[in-house]
Amino acid sequence: MRPAEAAPRAGGRAAGTTGVPPARAGAPARHQRTAPVHPGAWWLWALALGTAATRTTNPLLLALLVTVSAYVVITRRPQAPWARSYGAFVKLALAVLLVRLLFTTLLGSPIPGTHTLLTLPEVPLPDWAQGIRLGGRVTAEGLAFALYDAMKLATLLICVGAANALANPARLLKSLPGALYEMGVAVVVALTFAPNLIADVQRLRAARRLRGRPDRGLRGLLQVGLPVLEGALERSVALAAAMDARGYGRTAQLPAAVRRTTAALTLGGLLGVCAGTYGLLTAAGGTYGIPVLLAGVAAAVAGLWLGGRRTVRTRYRPDRWDARAWLVTGSGAAVAALLFLAAARDPAALHPGVVPLRAPALPLGPAAAVLLGLLPSFVTPAPEPAVKEPS
Amino acid sequence: MIRFEDVSVTYDGAAEPTVRAVDFAVPEGELVLLAGPSGVGKSTVLGAVGGLVPHFTGGTLRGRVTVAGRDTRTHKPRELADVVGTVGQDPLSHFVTDTVEDELAYGMESLGLAPDVMRRRVEETLDLLGLSDLRSRPIATLSGGQRQRVAIGSVLTPHPEVLVLDEPTSALDPAAAEEVLAVLQRLVHDLGTTVLMAEHRLERVIQYADQVVLLPAPGAAPLIGAPAEVMAVSPVYPPVVDLGRLAGWTPLPLTIRDARRRAAPLRERLSGREVPDRTPPPSAPLPAPPAPRPVTPRWRRRRKPSERITSPTPYAAEVCSLAVRRDRVQALRHVDLTVSPGETVALMGRNGAGKSTLLSALVGLVEPSAGSVRAGDAVPHRTAPRDLVRRVGLVPQEPRDLLYADMVAAECAAADQDAEATPGTCRALLTELLPGVPDDTHPRDLSEGQRLTLALSVVLTARPPLLLLDEPTRGLDYAAKARLAGILRALAAEGHAIVLATHDVELAAELAHRVVLLAEGEVIADGPAADVVVASPSYAPQVAKVLAPRKWLTVAQVREALA
Repeated sequence: MRPAEAAPRAGGRAAGTTGVPPARAGAPARHQRTAPVHPGAWWLWALALGTAATRTTNPLLLALLVTVSAYVVITRRPQAPWARSYGAFVKLALAVLLVRLLFTTLLGSPIPGTHTLLTLPEVPLPDWAQGIRLGGRVTAEGLAFALYDAMKLATLLICVGAANALANPARLLKSLPGALYEMGVAVVVALTFAPNLIADVQRLRAARRLRGRPDRGLRGLLQVGLPVLEGALERSVALAAAMDARGYGRTAQLPAAVRRTTAALTLGGLLGVCAGTYGLLTAAGGTYGIPVLLAGVAAAVAGLWLGGRRTVRTRYRPDRWDARAWLVTGSGAAVAALLFLAAARDPAALHPGVVPLRAPALPLGPAAAVLLGLLPSFVTPAPEPAVKEPS
Repeated sequence: MIRFEDVSVTYDGAAEPTVRAVDFAVPEGELVLLAGPSGVGKSTVLGAVGGLVPHFTGGTLRGRVTVAGRDTRTHKPRELADVVGTVGQDPLSHFVTDTVEDELAYGMESLGLAPDVMRRRVEETLDLLGLSDLRSRPIATLSGGQRQRVAIGSVLTPHPEVLVLDEPTSALDPAAAEEVLAVLQRLVHDLGTTVLMAEHRLERVIQYADQVVLLPAPGAAPLIGAPAEVMAVSPVYPPVVDLGRLAGWTPLPLTIRDARRRAAPLRERLSGREVPDRTPPPSAPLPAPPAPRPVTPRWRRRRKPSERITSPTPYAAEVCSLAVRRDRVQALRHVDLTVSPGETVALMGRNGAGKSTLLSALVGLVEPSAGSVRAGDAVPHRTAPRDLVRRVGLVPQEPRDLLYADMVAAECAAADQDAEATPGTCRALLTELLPGVPDDTHPRDLSEGQRLTLALSVVLTARPPLLLLDEPTRGLDYAAKARLAGILRALAAEGHAIVLATHDVELAAELAHRVVLLAEGEVIADGPAADVVVASPSYAPQVAKVLAPRKWLTVAQVREALA
C-alpha cells in the first residue's frame, strides 16, 4: 500500500500511514485475477447447447453434446462450492434415463416392434382403463425409442448443470437492473441459506448420538426439525441486522412526481403485458395483442429504469460483456443454429428411425457443428488452481 | 467520537433495565475495552453505538447516544453505516455475499461509492489484513481466524470512523487472535480509527486498551478509567493482574513485560519452593458400565461380532495410528493417544488442526480411515448410541446442540430416560454442579455458563468414565470458568478421564495433567502440561511467562506456595 493511496479520508491520517510497511512490493502479482467471463455468457452458451439437443434424437449426436459440455465444465469450472452441483445434475439426468426405461418396460410402448426381448406377465385391466397396458411384451424397438427420447431430456438437464457449474449464480444476479437489486440480494441470501440448513441438520443429528439416541431414521430427522428451524430463524435475524448495519436499503430522496411516475409506469406496463399476452393467446385478440404487449414491455422497462434511480448503490467490478463473452455465446448459438438448419434439411439423420431397428449413424456435418461448442475452453481463462481447504 | 449520555435500555417484557446510567465518551482514535461478567449488557451497549439497539432489537432506550455528532435516535443503522462498522460475535452470520472480494466491497456498494474508489480500497484492505491470497476464495472455505479478518475488513472498507467489535478473539486460537489484535492496533495507530470492543479473554486484549469501561454487575452504573486503575477493582481480571494483586504491585502490571520487571523479588521468594507436581493420583476405577445389549443386525450393515475386545484395558481411551479423512481433507494422520482414568488431557492447536475431529472419532461420530479407536471396552463407531453414552460423553462446542426440550426439567427427565438412570439423577447433578437453575426456564434463555452446566449434567447422567469437552470456555466469564474448573477437577478426582479441546491456555494450565499439541492432523507434542506449554510462547499461560524459567502455571499454585 503506497502512502499516497492510503487513507484518502483526512489529511492528518495520511501522514500516519507512511509507517505501514509496503505490503509485499516485491512479491509476484499472483493475485491479478483474470476477469472471469460474464456469467450471462455461460448461461446463454449452455442454454443454446440445450436448445440444440431438442432438435435431435440421434444418440450419438446427443452423447457428443454431453461430452462437449462436460469437457468445457471440467476444464473451466472454478474451485467453488457452487461448481460441485454439476455432479448432482449428472445424477439427475441418469435418473431420468432409468425412470423412462423402467416405465417403457412396465407400461409398454406404442412403437410397433418385432424384436421381443422378454415378455412380462400382463395384468388384465378393466374396460375403463382401455389404452393402458401393464406388463406384456418388451421390444427392442420400444426401448430404443424410449432411450433416444430420454437422452434428449437428460442432455438438456446436463447443459443446465453446466451453466450452474461454470457461472456463479450470485454473480448473475448482480447483473440485474438496480431497481431489482434488493430482490436479487434476497435470492442470494436464500441460496446460501440451504447449505447452512443442511449443515445444521447434520450437526444436530450427530448430537442425538451423543444423547444416546439413534442418529439415523426418520424420527431422528423429525426431532431435530424444531431446533434447526429455530437456529435458522436466529441466523436470519442476525444477518438482517448485519445487512442493515452495513447500509442495505439506503435510498436516495426523489421528488414525489418521479416516484409516482415510476409506480404508474411499472403498474401500467405489467397490465399491458398481461392484456397483450391474453390478446395473443385468444383468437379474437390477434390484432391488438402484439402492439399492447410491446407497449406494456416498454412501460415496464421505463419504470424499472426510473426506479433504479432511487437506489444509491454502485457496483464493484461489474462483469463486462467483452469479446470472450461474445465468442462463448456465439459458439453456443452457432451450434443451435446449425442443428436447426440440419434438422430442416436432413431430418432423417437427426432422428434415426427405430422401426426397422438399426444402428444410428453419425451425421458428419451436424457432428462438426456440435464440436464448435468446445470453443469456450480455448478462449476463456483457466480457473485458479485448487487450494487446500481447512476442515 | 462516541457519546453515551445517561443511557438506559429496557427490553420489551423485561422488568428491569438491562443497562442503566451509562454515561461516557470515547475520544477519536482510542481503543476502548468494554469489560464485565456475562449478562451485564455489554452487547447491548455495543449495539446502541451502531443504532441496532433499539432500532433492530426493540425495547426502550432512554438518554442519548451520539456517534460522530449523529443521534442514533434519529438515524437508523443504515444511515450510520458510513461512520460505524459493527462486527458481531459470529462472523458467519455477518456475511452477505459468497467470496472474500465481494464481501469487502459490499458495504461500499450500499453506500454508493464510485467504482474506482471501491477498487482502490478493496486492494488496500486486502493488503492491510493480509488477505490478498484469499481474495477470490469462497467464504465457506475459510478458517475461523480468516473469517474474523474478512468480517473486520468488510466493515473497514467504507472507512468508518468507529469500529465496534463483540468478542473478536473468543473463538480463535492464540496465534490467530494475535493476528486480529495486531490489525486493530494498526488501525488505531495508523488510521486513527476509534475502536470499542467487548472481550471476555482480558489477558489477550487488556494491554492494547487506552481506556476500560467496566460494567461490574447487571444494572449497575459503569466504571470508566485507565486499564490499571479499573483492573484494581474489577470483578473480572486476567491472571497477570491476579498475580499483581497477590504480590501487591502498584500500579498493577497489565503486560507480561511490566510484570517481569517487578517480579524479581517474587521469583526470589518462590525460589526455595517446590512447583507442585501435576501427575494425577492413581484413582479407583469407576464401576464398569453394563455390558452392551446384543445388537440386532440390520440388513444393510453387517457387523462383525468379533470386534468387541473382552480383555480389560487400563486406559479410558486408546487411539492407535488413527487417520481420518473428511471431505477430501486429511483431518488426522497417524495419531496415537492414551488417556488413563483420573487424568485430564488438554488438546491444543490452531483452528482446524484436527482437535474436534479427534474428539468426534472418540465418540464414534466419524469413522477412522485407518488405525483404531477404543473408548474403554468399546469401539465407538461400532457401538449403539445407547450403550456408548455409558462409556464416553461429549459436550459439543455449542452445548445447545445437545438440548432439545423447552424446559430445563423436561431436558433432565429426557436425559434420565436416555441413560436409563433413576428419575431425578440429572436434576440432582445439575443442582450439585450449579445451584439455582430454575426448572421452568427454556434452555435458550440460560446464560452461557448455565447452558454448559446443563449440557454437562445431561452427559454425566450416564456416568461415562471418559468425558470429552470441545471448547468449553467459549463465552464464559472468569467466574463461570473457575466454577467449571472446580467441577472438572472433582470429576477427575473421582476417576473420570477428561479430554478438553481448547484454545484457552489459562484453562489448560489450570486443569490439565497432560497437554497434547496438534498441528495439521498430527501430534507434535505430548507431555506433562508444564513442560509442553512453557516450551511454546503462544501456548504459555501468563504466570509461566512472568515467572519463567520455573514452571509455575497458575496464580493458585503461587498463592498456595506462598501461604
